[in-house]
Amino acid sequence: MVQKVGIIKTDDLVFEYIRRDEEGNVEGITTAVDHVSLDIAPGQFIAILGHNGSGKSTLAKHINAILNPTEGTVWVDGMDTTDESNIWEIRQRAGMVFQNPDNQIIGQVVEEDVGFGPENMGIPTREIWERVEESLRAVGMYEFRKASPNKLSGGQKQRVSIAGVLAMHPKCIVLDEPTAMLDPNGRKEVIRAVRGLNDVEGVTVILITHYMEEIIHADKVFVMDKGKVAMEGTPREIFSQVERLKELRLDVPQVTLLAYELQKRGMDLPNGILTVEELVEALEKQTKNGRN
Amino acid sequence: MQLILDHVDHVYEEGTQMARKALSDICLTIPKGQFVGIIGHTGSGKSTLIQHMNGLLKPTSGHIYFEGEDIAEKDYDRKKLRSKVGLVFQYPEHQLFEIDVFTDVCFGPKNLGLDKKEVQLRAFNALRKVGLPEDLYYQSPFDLSGGQKRRVAIAGVLAMEPEVLILDEPTAGLDPKGREEILRQIKSLQKETGMTILLVSHSMEDVAEYVDRIIVMNRGSILYDDVPRKVFQHYRELEEVGLAAPQVTYIMHALRERGLPVDADATTIREAADEICRAYGIA
Repeated sequence: MVQKVGIIKTDDLVFEYIRRDEEGNVEGITTAVDHVSLDIAPGQFIAILGHNGSGKSTLAKHINAILNPTEGTVWVDGMDTTDESNIWEIRQRAGMVFQNPDNQIIGQVVEEDVGFGPENMGIPTREIWERVEESLRAVGMYEFRKASPNKLSGGQKQRVSIAGVLAMHPKCIVLDEPTAMLDPNGRKEVIRAVRGLNDVEGVTVILITHYMEEIIHADKVFVMDKGKVAMEGTPREIFSQVERLKELRLDVPQVTLLAYELQKRGMDLPNGILTVEELVEALEKQTKNGRN
Repeated sequence: MQLILDHVDHVYEEGTQMARKALSDICLTIPKGQFVGIIGHTGSGKSTLIQHMNGLLKPTSGHIYFEGEDIAEKDYDRKKLRSKVGLVFQYPEHQLFEIDVFTDVCFGPKNLGLDKKEVQLRAFNALRKVGLPEDLYYQSPFDLSGGQKRRVAIAGVLAMEPEVLILDEPTAGLDPKGREEILRQIKSLQKETGMTILLVSHSMEDVAEYVDRIIVMNRGSILYDDVPRKVFQHYRELEEVGLAAPQVTYIMHALRERGLPVDADATTIREAADEICRAYGIA
């Protein structure tokens, strides 16, 4: 029997930032990631939550070898990230999208920007154009292919950044707070595009965010605190624990919080309600019971 | 009225082929002590609007009055205006530069030409107002967390003791608790000092929770200007201009459509919970 190999696997990963004074003497050591072991199966939609400074971005940077572990090992599609000879292969298989769209776009024209990655990989010109087209279509930006990136909205720019990663045909995309700078519509567009990549193209997604509503469809959620995985489970399991999340400086979606508040006031509702539809249905049941 | 905008237009690169209208016939009056939220999609004119309020941009036509004086008049003291109308930009922590937190916060009042003692007193008060722990005052600002740096940057503007504080997305990139802490502190500043606050935000939930009044910008014009529960009644129109209502507003509308007799105007969790309990006869 063939065992399914995780696309991203970390084993006892530790990362320490060493702070030095002007003479280069060690002033202190901060353990940003503290013995984290993860195993992410291909095609999963993974969400990582955690307060500022909890270690989520440091963890993410290990996934495409921007950082190397102080201790432990990270494998991307079976390749050890500390092996220098794997670096380009790893960065092509696990692409990364950051918070600020303006720092990630270099091309003068949208399609040129998206073609930059595959061009650097030495892909033949004709195939580059094919990849640019399919990537822009996947994020719903094909009609803007001839536009100048600085004429686009934040959400549109961020989708161009995602297309740029997609054109390298990665197996996995890591998005580090891709919606933090966007307006409500931009957030919606980006999350829809990311879910499409996962559902339709089967790309493994690792989404880091501070917006709880964005991850209710994730297969699995990891909550980081002090460099460790403090909670893990499905969104419903995680969001059922309102008080625990608040202790970790996090929150739950508004609809979950409203249901929790109604429970506290004596209403009989199930734990971990995630959508408006679920709450409306649960309240309708209440009406019926009340009338009986 | 503390701040009046009278038929303000702004055209970027006027008279060139690149000319584009960013503000169109803006009329606003903002009384002292009000907490105003400004929302609008990217490019709707929010930032252009707030940069007019402390004189960083001049109207192409129309007038702006601060405490009864036209700020475009030749002899108007615009330096004084900027100390009275404090503007905290997006990601203000990128502008921290001094060797320690306290020195950084002193920079603004020092430039006002105040004596050393007054400068230090103001810096100290400002840091206390933003709730930064005292043991951090003499640390390098670069060793602080994201939320702490943000607060130091806000303290830098507060130390000028402005009468109006304008914040452009002060909570972007912060974790939920960090967002709540900063907004609560801003709210208590408004309550305790009577300072006028203008908050630009992309979070409808935050705006609904904290402000007295919402100004909705769209294509350089004011689309709505009212209290939160009135503005969010237009949730369908807001969606058309790239915005939304808080999630609770959608819940209330969905409940109403299914025949539950609730008032659908609730915009915060507390209001929604009260209203649902009322409809169910739970005290």
